[in-house]
Amino acid sequence: MDRSEAELIAAAQKGDAASFEPLIRKYSPRLFATARRYARRESEVEDIVQDIWLKAFHKLPGYRGDAPFEHWLMRLAVRTCYDYLRGHQRNREATFTDLAEPEQDWLERHAVEPDAAHERAEAARQLVQRVLEELPPPARLVITLLEIEERSVKEISQLTGWSVPLVKVRAFRARAQMRKILKRLVRSQYL
Amino acid sequence: MNRLETLRQKLIAAARANAPSDAVPWAFEQRVLARLRAAERLDAAAVWARALWRTAAPCVALSLALVVWRLAGDSARGPEPEPQTLAQQFEQTLLAAVHEQTAEEPAEVW
Repeated sequence: MDRSEAELIAAAQKGDAASFEPLIRKYSPRLFATARRYARRESEVEDIVQDIWLKAFHKLPGYRGDAPFEHWLMRLAVRTCYDYLRGHQRNREATFTDLAEPEQDWLERHAVEPDAAHERAEAARQLVQRVLEELPPPARLVITLLEIEERSVKEISQLTGWSVPLVKVRAFRARAQMRKILKRLVRSQYL
Repeated sequence: MNRLETLRQKLIAAARANAPSDAVPWAFEQRVLARLRAAERLDAAAVWARALWRTAAPCVALSLALVVWRLAGDSARGPEPEPQTLAQQFEQTLLAAVHEQTAEEPAEVW
């Protein structure tokens, strides 16, 4: 007989690791999709998700059930991803010549005829990934949550633990930082 | 809206359009459970080690207290009697039964 989620959580809270398995199976796809937004290499993604689950198991006794388990888990996931970003910060600034040929073509096409550069193109995906990787961790997190995942400011505040005004300030700065990176990329094209 | 903002919005739309995969590696949950169980075993060993470390200090203190007590007792009792020779020890052992018997017999009253 299938046990309810609440029963599984209660058993896991008492230290029963086996009861945790159905929860891992149920929520791992969501966690993998989240982690893949912040880490490129698959081994890093797996490490992040594993870290989230280990933290979840150890912090589970503190889960009171006020919010759905998924919300509690996602909060843990976002904070773990943020820690990962802070630990793997790269300061290398890419220029136009560092871009792959399809990315350069996409940018040139966008400069000439913006409508011709399609956002579904693989080059656009690669390019945005590159730009996001250059952003500082708070900027990358807020752009991902606010603009890519289209979450509300309030939701981001709950997920990150930042205050609502802080989320707004960080979002404003993040957009400016992203434009600055793009300006450098586009300008270096003509140097 | 300037061109940079248009480009930025287009790239955000590109990221939105290409949502990452939610595929989970094969037997991933087993891997996590194995890590959890290993951590539990490690925890048991850590608890035991911590308990040993905690009891170490009282044990050392107790040993020191016993040594001090023993030394203090010895000094209060005065100097040790002269050690017996082998011949004296042999004689004492042989006559131990006799000594015990005489000790048990009531003293004769004349």
